[in-house]
Amino acid sequence: MTDSTNPSQPSDSTRTKEGLRPVTDTRLDISQPVLEVSDLHVAFPSEAGQVRAVRGVSYAVRPGEVLGIVGESGSGKSVSSMAVLGLLPESAAVTGSVKLNGRELLGLSDNEMSKIRGKDIGMVFQDPLSALTPVYSVGTQIVEALQIHQDLTKVQARERSIELLDLVGIPDPKRRVDNFPHEFSGGMRQRAMIAMAIANDPKVIIADEPTTALDVTIQAQVLEVLKKAQDVTGAAIVMITHDLGVIAGFADRVQVMYAGKPVEAGSVDEVYYSPRMPYTIGLLGSIPRLDDTERRALTPIEGNPPSMVELPKGCPFAARCPIAIDRCREVEPTLSVKEGNTHPTACHRSHELGDTLDPAAIYPVPEVPEASDLEQRPRGERATVLELDNLTKHFPLTKGAVVKRKVGVVRAVDGISLDIREGETLGLVGESGCGKTTTLLEILDLPKGQVGTVTVFGKDTRSMNRADRKTLRRDMQIVFQDPMAALDARMPIGDILAEPLKTHGWDKERIAARVPELLELVGLNPDHADRYPQEFSGGQRQRISIARALALEPKLVVLDEPVSALDVSIQAGVLNLLDELKTRLGLSYLFVAHDLSVVRHIADRIAVMYLGRIVEVGDTQSIFDAPSHPYTQALLSAVPLPDPRRERERTRILLTGDLPSPANVPSGCRFRNRCPKYLSLDEAEQLRCRDEDPASAKLADDHSAACHFAKALEVI
Amino acid sequence: MGRYLLRKLANNLILVLLAASLSYFVAGLSLHPQSNYEGRNPPLAKSTIAKTLDDVNMNPDTPIVTRFITWADGVAHGDLGKTIDGSPVNDEVGRRIGVSTRLLLLATLVGSVGGVALGALGAIKQYKLFDRVTTLASFFILAMPTFVLALFLKLASIQFLGAGTIHFTGETDPEFAGHWDFAALGNRAEHMLLPGLTLVLIQVGLYSRYQRSTMLDVLGSDFLRTARAKGLRRRTALVKHGLRTAILPVVPLLVYNIVLLFVGATFTEKAFGWHGMGELLVNSITRNDVNATAAVSLFTAVLVLIAGILSDLMYAALDPRVRVR
Repeated sequence: MTDSTNPSQPSDSTRTKEGLRPVTDTRLDISQPVLEVSDLHVAFPSEAGQVRAVRGVSYAVRPGEVLGIVGESGSGKSVSSMAVLGLLPESAAVTGSVKLNGRELLGLSDNEMSKIRGKDIGMVFQDPLSALTPVYSVGTQIVEALQIHQDLTKVQARERSIELLDLVGIPDPKRRVDNFPHEFSGGMRQRAMIAMAIANDPKVIIADEPTTALDVTIQAQVLEVLKKAQDVTGAAIVMITHDLGVIAGFADRVQVMYAGKPVEAGSVDEVYYSPRMPYTIGLLGSIPRLDDTERRALTPIEGNPPSMVELPKGCPFAARCPIAIDRCREVEPTLSVKEGNTHPTACHRSHELGDTLDPAAIYPVPEVPEASDLEQRPRGERATVLELDNLTKHFPLTKGAVVKRKVGVVRAVDGISLDIREGETLGLVGESGCGKTTTLLEILDLPKGQVGTVTVFGKDTRSMNRADRKTLRRDMQIVFQDPMAALDARMPIGDILAEPLKTHGWDKERIAARVPELLELVGLNPDHADRYPQEFSGGQRQRISIARALALEPKLVVLDEPVSALDVSIQAGVLNLLDELKTRLGLSYLFVAHDLSVVRHIADRIAVMYLGRIVEVGDTQSIFDAPSHPYTQALLSAVPLPDPRRERERTRILLTGDLPSPANVPSGCRFRNRCPKYLSLDEAEQLRCRDEDPASAKLADDHSAACHFAKALEVI
Repeated sequence: MGRYLLRKLANNLILVLLAASLSYFVAGLSLHPQSNYEGRNPPLAKSTIAKTLDDVNMNPDTPIVTRFITWADGVAHGDLGKTIDGSPVNDEVGRRIGVSTRLLLLATLVGSVGGVALGALGAIKQYKLFDRVTTLASFFILAMPTFVLALFLKLASIQFLGAGTIHFTGETDPEFAGHWDFAALGNRAEHMLLPGLTLVLIQVGLYSRYQRSTMLDVLGSDFLRTARAKGLRRRTALVKHGLRTAILPVVPLLVYNIVLLFVGATFTEKAFGWHGMGELLVNSITRNDVNATAAVSLFTAVLVLIAGILSDLMYAALDPRVRVR
């Protein structure tokens, strides 16, 4: 056991180049679990009654092993890890057992737990923006973590924290150690968090959604750092996430949670390739995949997770389960290996799945609406709905309180050109800070000044008067990311839907007829028009937002990250709805998203943005099958696939560093300082990248990239 | 940072000059010092009144601009003019600043520390008995006018300790006035007890409300959880990471309130017979004393300037995010 705490002990014996394997090696005494949780229950008092957030969680992790815990929001996955650390509020009632190296942790006093937290158990949290104390420098916070548990002088602790920052890949750690958290980028903060978590060579690292708030390329970097941290410390990792892709490549074993309970557990291969619990099957079927070649409707899981206050009798999933039988509504199944299965599930019918029941067929696959006449027409023959030509949005950077001097320019959008045809979805993708949102806002603003033109339905926005603009706004609508923030909580949804109609002068009778029609259109009950937004679930609220956008029968709908705030099982339903509405109503979408799998699913064409420019644009097929700009390639290769075997075989193109500031755009090609291809070029070629800003060059009929050395590469 | 402060100081100095000049004009035009001498029996001769007023530069027959120039010239040379009694305003203000400082220094210190501590503790024990009691008590005190609170404390001391047990009128008993020996200090402390308590109670009531709400915001924060996940004990984490961050938004409020209290403790000073700056503000107006009113305004403006710079400095010292590089 002591071996595993030795930082110099290579844990390579437990892993191979392909990734982590279930432990069979006997050279280390690794058969003993380092952390063992059994029958953990957590309940909180609330005004509505007792919230039973965790209802019997058991797991064990061995040194060097990675256990993934997957579940949607409210499934109790984070609460259970907080309970392990003893960080829940006092009002929480925790029962069961948590053993660290055989020592019971539940019931220990705060003082005793303090000696374990940060020493034997390291913790990495989700949002690195808020997880570091803003008023202390990063170095101070790591030094603090070291000095709590180790007898180090200030100088020694500082030296060690510089080493740790270097280990997690912070460039120039000697200088950076004195920076404050706000001077770090999101990815760097998460690296600093990891440095803090491994500062005292923990035996277990609990990572709670460690990459959820990060962009995919940064996510890939951070996962790499986490793996390295594990190599160095030999720790076991408990990885909590909602992202099935992240788990597939990272974990050895996985546990799926639903309504406070694990419903399926096993090795990643078992769970991903032969799921035997309808919830897991549904979850895997509802995620759009980057490697989907065919267009298919996603299979959403109908309904919503149950309230944890008044759990129904029987299986909590029964109400949403397509194969529920009477017994499921009476008796809650326990987690055990059912006859004919390889791994434990909590389902009464697991033994039938894979035997008499086909797991792939239990969910009714929604029909893909047949492509309308419009969609079947070749692209060239369709009318152009929106056209951007060299659209530019620069913000001046000023200094001085009274007299403002211009000291620089933020090139948020730096000359982009694209077009959207009738009945088409254009996916606009890129990392945060690349200018996606500014582009959207510019389009919706119908600009008069600035460089470049916006042409909507054939009309140049610069030559329009007020009346024209108002008419045009009717034809262009937007759906925002966060449906709760976008809907006024004080208005019944009927009024929310009627508002745009009133603004555009519809009379009362027409509005009264239109509102129920809209609710029906998005799959909601028209009788609910007098309810308030907070009475609906996240997915339903997003449907209301969509209904509001469609109220005036627009031709173009701008969707700003419409599903990124939703759980995967809900997301599928909304995506299917958007797809269906597009065909039925002949809409065009401008779909902005950072999730490339979602974009692949919904978009006909894709534009990839980097630092205010479009670096590659083309039809979805070309972009995914033959990405030609090095940035697109890196972006695609960073997206994890929910497929453990393929994940193990994939090599990622890791980008170095963060997105440069748009106030300080590199000369020549703006991607060159992070470009993996640039490094492989000879001097003359590099000079060209440095000096010459690459123009967009046509590669195929509908595919162009802005790279001097564009060359297709298969990365998925 | 240095350049930023210098610029700020220069800007604020201009504002102080403007504020002081404007208040001189307002006082000079709206106060009627001559009415102090009119309607007496036997009536004073017009020329006598004019002479008296001319001596103190308050004659309404002299154009306001001329009076202002005379006053401003004096101020520029460190002379605030004469009170309506003919004594120098400088002496009056100097004495009163001393009185206010003696009354307020300790009380504001105890009040701020107590308010922050009580508020933070209330947040940590949200909805528990301690929190409910302190919240109720704070609102009770805040809802009570100061002179009622002062009167209440006086009555309570008489009721429970007996009349004369605590001497609370003035700064000292007459026989100790001007003395600073051990016995006199004891007497001074006794005299400070009730007015000090009044000020402390009000300040604790006010600051604890702000501190409680900012602390509540911080309690659920991720960084506090991180601090505990590192292995800090609950209490250490709450103070070192929680309170340290939660105090930031309260700092400007504390600084402004504390500094401006030096002219704002009017009711407490009046109720307990301390002749401080707060009392001067009211007295100078009721006595139509233009120069004293202008002096108090100037003093207030200077306090605002000091408070502004002090709060900027404190904030920059406490929060690295606002430091100018």
